[in-house]
Amino acid sequence: MAAYDGVIDTLGLRDWCDVGKEDAPLSMAQLLAQAGGDDAAADEGGLPFPSLDVLHEACGRIGQTRDLTAGIEEGFLSIRAELKFVLDPITQPLSWMLDSTLWVFESAPWWIMMPALLLLTYWVSRSKSVTGFVAAVLLFFGFIDHYEVAMQTLAIVFVCTGLSVLLGVPIGIGMSKSDTAQRTIVPILDLLQTLPTFVYLIPLIFLFSVTESKLYGIAIILYAIVPVIRLTDLGIRLVDRDVIEAANAFGLTAWQKLSRVELPLALPNIMAGVNQTIMMSLAMVVIASLVSAPGLGVLVLRGIRNLELGVGIVAGLGIVLLAVMLDRVSKAALARVDTGRKEH
Amino acid sequence: MTAKVSLRGLYKIFGPNHISMVPHVKEGMDKATLLDQHKHVLGLQDINVDMQPGEITVIMGLSGSGKSTLIRHLNRLIDPSAGEILVDGQDVMKLGQGALRSLRQKQMSMVFQKFALLPHKTVLENAQLPLSVQGADKATCDAEGRKWLARVGLEGFEDRFPSQLSGGMQQRVGIARALTANTDIMLMDEAFSALDPLIRTDMQNLLLELQKELHKTIVFITHDLDEALKLADHLVILKDGAVVQQGEPQGILLRPADPYIEDFVSDINRARVLRVRSVMSDHDGRDCDGDVQAGATLEEVIALSDGDTNHVYRVRDGEAVIGQLHMVDLVRALVPRVASGRTQSN
Repeated sequence: MAAYDGVIDTLGLRDWCDVGKEDAPLSMAQLLAQAGGDDAAADEGGLPFPSLDVLHEACGRIGQTRDLTAGIEEGFLSIRAELKFVLDPITQPLSWMLDSTLWVFESAPWWIMMPALLLLTYWVSRSKSVTGFVAAVLLFFGFIDHYEVAMQTLAIVFVCTGLSVLLGVPIGIGMSKSDTAQRTIVPILDLLQTLPTFVYLIPLIFLFSVTESKLYGIAIILYAIVPVIRLTDLGIRLVDRDVIEAANAFGLTAWQKLSRVELPLALPNIMAGVNQTIMMSLAMVVIASLVSAPGLGVLVLRGIRNLELGVGIVAGLGIVLLAVMLDRVSKAALARVDTGRKEH
Repeated sequence: MTAKVSLRGLYKIFGPNHISMVPHVKEGMDKATLLDQHKHVLGLQDINVDMQPGEITVIMGLSGSGKSTLIRHLNRLIDPSAGEILVDGQDVMKLGQGALRSLRQKQMSMVFQKFALLPHKTVLENAQLPLSVQGADKATCDAEGRKWLARVGLEGFEDRFPSQLSGGMQQRVGIARALTANTDIMLMDEAFSALDPLIRTDMQNLLLELQKELHKTIVFITHDLDEALKLADHLVILKDGAVVQQGEPQGILLRPADPYIEDFVSDINRARVLRVRSVMSDHDGRDCDGDVQAGATLEEVIALSDGDTNHVYRVRDGEAVIGQLHMVDLVRALVPRVASGRTQSN
């Protein structure tokens, strides 16, 4: 006798409930009760909470909680083919970009790659001390034979950050222009930022093969794109209203206003967003190594799997070193953008 | 003379259903009742002002009187709830997006209280903004920008950034920017209010000097009566969103329409503001103690008379004799209540 039989009978739902009752699978509680040979389970607690499982005992046509999770899975699997049909071609360029960038970073000899990276550093930061620091880090990686994995990680971070900025800035602009867009997108950003990263790896694994590099590319971008969107939106909304009014008073078109006034004035904030995006994609690289992303993350994973303490620690500290390096370079670039307009 | 800019029955009410509130205000509902019963804020009511070409129209009022709201209606940075805004006879309310943008680019330029320069652009790039927006080629932009920067006294500062300049110099850039646009109408929203007094005087003189040459139609907003009297050809006094009195400034000073304006004008140095022209009487051919120009301030006449109230002066405009000034009338004109009382009894 289940706890809520009375309620079902009073509501006159008994007939509806009993249709096809024999086919309903047994719940764990029923199995336990059968194994125990008595009704002790139902009696001991008094009135149980009317959860799906408990109601199911009274009425076979109310689903169990495991039906909910199974339903989500079945639903996803049933649209999987269509999703794959749409998403596969769209995301294919991501695989190509990741593979080719990885190929360039791996196959270019160190005596070309290192000077090229140092030149790039100097070009964005215009700072000798930052360039010197980057040189020291790269030489250190080479010295401890981690140069190649570090380059793989760097390649992935470059591609994913670049795409995040390319997609995130326009989304941020759209959000800043429309309050409705902002209200819709902010919850999605919250979701992306707080959802445990493994959770969106699961549907991705269903959709794409684990050997495809776009799998980890998408995972990293979804996670890392959030700050650049948020800070582009914020930066544009924070642009001095007086300056915007002046732009209107002189008859600037919407595009002129965006390109000449809003984006340049929001640039410090956008750059801060890019800095955060770099940091977050680096953090995600380790988790992405679970789904075949190469780089330092693989070594960290090996350290965990095989309990190789030293390997794990060296690779982990390597990631820290990369993070500090990327952070200093992007901060120096941000500082360079800031000067010239804030010299009082 | 037809007006360059005319405002006809302009109303502005702030709130979600502002247009449906206009009838209430037209029926005489006041600001407090409107806020209380309908949660709408009355910004402007029944504004009728004509601004003549080549004149400086000063709109004066205390904070909250609606003067900044009013000036933003002229180029439709704010849309009215009711009424017409005519520029060269054309109703600005009927313009589409493109025509409105062209009006803002080619007919009206604006100078702002907080300068509103682009902080990431150089002084020259700021000054040439109106032209570069219109797609002029770089050489024209450069030449015009440099010309007007030099005209406002900023030669040699072209490659600085605004933040490297003092407030007064930044506002000179603001004025140069408005002049580069080469528009007939210039809107100046408390343009000198953020500057310290000495710089402000400099800038007022600069504006008057430029105006002598350029004859633009200038609409100038201020809360400072001295500034208003110095600059105005036509003075409009706003209170709680309505025009209390408008006209030639000397006339307002001598014949304030209500106690509010009387209070307002009681604090200023009348000897320095009033001119001989405003207090003289007709010449009756008597012997005089000397000649004064009609445009001279009373202060100058007092200095000339050395304080002797028995003197009578011939008033000349250039060479022609246009009247006479008795020192007794002059002294009376210096006391607000006596001056207005006398003119009322006349």
